Amino acid sequence: MATRRKPKLAVWKFASCDGCQLSLLDCEDELLAIAGAVEIAYFAEATSAFVKGPYDLSLVEGSITTAHDAERIRNVRAKSKALVTIGACATAGGVQALRNFADVEAFTSVVYAHPEYISTLGTSTPIAAHVPVDFELRGCPIDKGQLIEVLSAFLAGRKPVTPAHSVCLDCKLKGNVCVTVAHGTPCIGPVTHAGCGAICPSYDRGCYGCFGPMETPNAAALSRELARHGMSRDQIHRVYRTFNTAAEPFREEAERHGS
Amino acid sequence: MTSSDRAVLTRDGLDALIATLAADGYRVYGPTVRDGAIVYDDIAGVADLPAGWTDEQDAGSYRLKRRDDDALFGYVVGPHSWKKYLHPPRRRLWRAAKTEEALTFTAEPEPAERFAFIGVRSCEIAAMAIQDKVFAVGDYADPQYRARRDGAFVVAVNCGEAGGTCFCVSMKTGPHVMSGFDLSLTEIERGDLPVYLIEAGSDAGRDLLARLPCRPVEANDITAADAAVAHAAAQMGRTLETDGIRDLLVNNPDHPRWDEVAARCLTCGNCTMVCPTCFCTTTEDSSDLDGGGAERTQRWDSCFTLDFSYIHGGSVRSSSKARYRQWMTHKLATWWDQFDTSGCVGCGRCITWCPVGIDITEEARAIRSDLTRETKP
Ligand code: SF4
Ligand code: SF4
Ligand code: SF4
Repeated sequence: MATRRKPKLAVWKFASCDGCQLSLLDCEDELLAIAGAVEIAYFAEATSAFVKGPYDLSLVEGSITTAHDAERIRNVRAKSKALVTIGACATAGGVQALRNFADVEAFTSVVYAHPEYISTLGTSTPIAAHVPVDFELRGCPIDKGQLIEVLSAFLAGRKPVTPAHSVCLDCKLKGNVCVTVAHGTPCIGPVTHAGCGAICPSYDRGCYGCFGPMETPNAAALSRELARHGMSRDQIHRVYRTFNTAAEPFREEAERHGS
Repeated sequence: MTSSDRAVLTRDGLDALIATLAADGYRVYGPTVRDGAIVYDDIAGVADLPAGWTDEQDAGSYRLKRRDDDALFGYVVGPHSWKKYLHPPRRRLWRAAKTEEALTFTAEPEPAERFAFIGVRSCEIAAMAIQDKVFAVGDYADPQYRARRDGAFVVAVNCGEAGGTCFCVSMKTGPHVMSGFDLSLTEIERGDLPVYLIEAGSDAGRDLLARLPCRPVEANDITAADAAVAHAAAQMGRTLETDGIRDLLVNNPDHPRWDEVAARCLTCGNCTMVCPTCFCTTTEDSSDLDGGGAERTQRWDSCFTLDFSYIHGGSVRSSSKARYRQWMTHKLATWWDQFDTSGCVGCGRCITWCPVGIDITEEARAIRSDLTRETKP
């Protein structure tokens, strides 16, 4: 049997915290299998070794916040057969997309001693706003089980199983007691994309929406419920202003509760 | 019913019942308190049961409360149902392995474990009978379900009080357990601690009862038990008029009420997850990184997801209106066409566990009352 050439994997970083690519290194049990299945051709976080493109699969972390990065992602796209974005920054613009609703120069002038050295865009945008993306993996950070699923699906040439239904569904599959219904704790699981395994409700807290909007979010109806459970208008505004703040249904709902 | 069919157990007798089932090789499940609710889990004895607890339920709300007595069954149904054991949320269907020589498929073996369920309510027995019609009969019976179901020992309990979202009387499924059990219990007040009128409903139940420490039944035990069940029946938190309900829903797909409920519905799927009769599943495939193995898993699905009605080109039920309407119409109307029974047993779980408190009885009433108004000038 002829040995198949191992697909070349590259991992790229844009504006982000590195948490998602670290999920790959965090796959301790599976790391050897991954290294056996793909050639890790570019992964600056893990190794300084560098194999030239083109790449069979590029995992892209981070959002586009500079003109330079907007150019760089085109380059990555051109060198990649398949491009998969990982995490809230790459799929929705991340928490740094809060700048989209503010004045970036006002920020840089207070944060940096020499704001004149800062060259940045007024917005933080997802990768898909710049180049075609083959698959988006949600989460802040991504779930490593889902990352392995994306990799093994890619290797097998099948569609990854990362359902877009609510966190509630996974919460119930786990047998959790609903924190909203049984404790009165506000939870945005009903409008949030599954994928984390309902971590927060499993530890008695409401969902924070790390995986962004689910497939058909009814945020307006949920907000009425959040208010019933004691959240103020400002708290509702803020609950949607986190890692997926620029994802349209969350942006819109935050805006409706703007001060 | 002969005298060997009924007896009275004390709390110790109940403990002996649980211990005997375990000794007979059953895995014993029953109600227990966890995370602020009464859930179903492994129980080792009476000490694991929710003594002195009750639940207060309303649309979108559930709270555990202390009772002023030591009743072991003084609450109704919680977020779990027995379907999690008979029709598990996830289960592997088969595994495949690829070697140089061959590709082999291995079906998941039939479960060896037998379950004993303690504290099964009348509506829940009705729900099991409904799922039997889906999984246990006909050309496509599911052998795994059948094995679990046939092996199960059911210890039912008659409800002594109804919950805030219960409507089994409307659905003719309770609160009195009539069939489908091995043993049934009725908790009755006698002195300091309640005692249990126990009745056998099968040969297996009769055999087991004969091995338990119990005392003969006295006339006032029966009176007390009947009174308890009658009390529950008179106390239903909800009602649903079922007369002509099939036609009412099937003939009104464009009623404006569907738009109103869609504006509230989160399409979160909680109602379908907690419903003891909802049976839909999807399959998920996974494969190893090295390409050497693959497996297929079945998991509960919900008609509230887009994937559920996805066919080539898109989802048939893209609006939440279409999805809520499908769910409720199936439960109360088209289930009759499909299985010759209602798909709803009136347990109230979908009302309690809906985060926004959408109430199936209220929705049905709204459609009905509106039409009644329209036809009367
Ligand atoms: S705890 Fe949150 S995620 Fe879980 S079922 Fe309740 S609302 Fe949904
Ligand atoms: S539809 Fe609601 S009330 Fe009826 S059986 Fe299902 S969960 Fe219970
Ligand atoms: S009816 Fe309630 S529980 Fe069911 S999908 Fe709608 S919001 Fe969720």
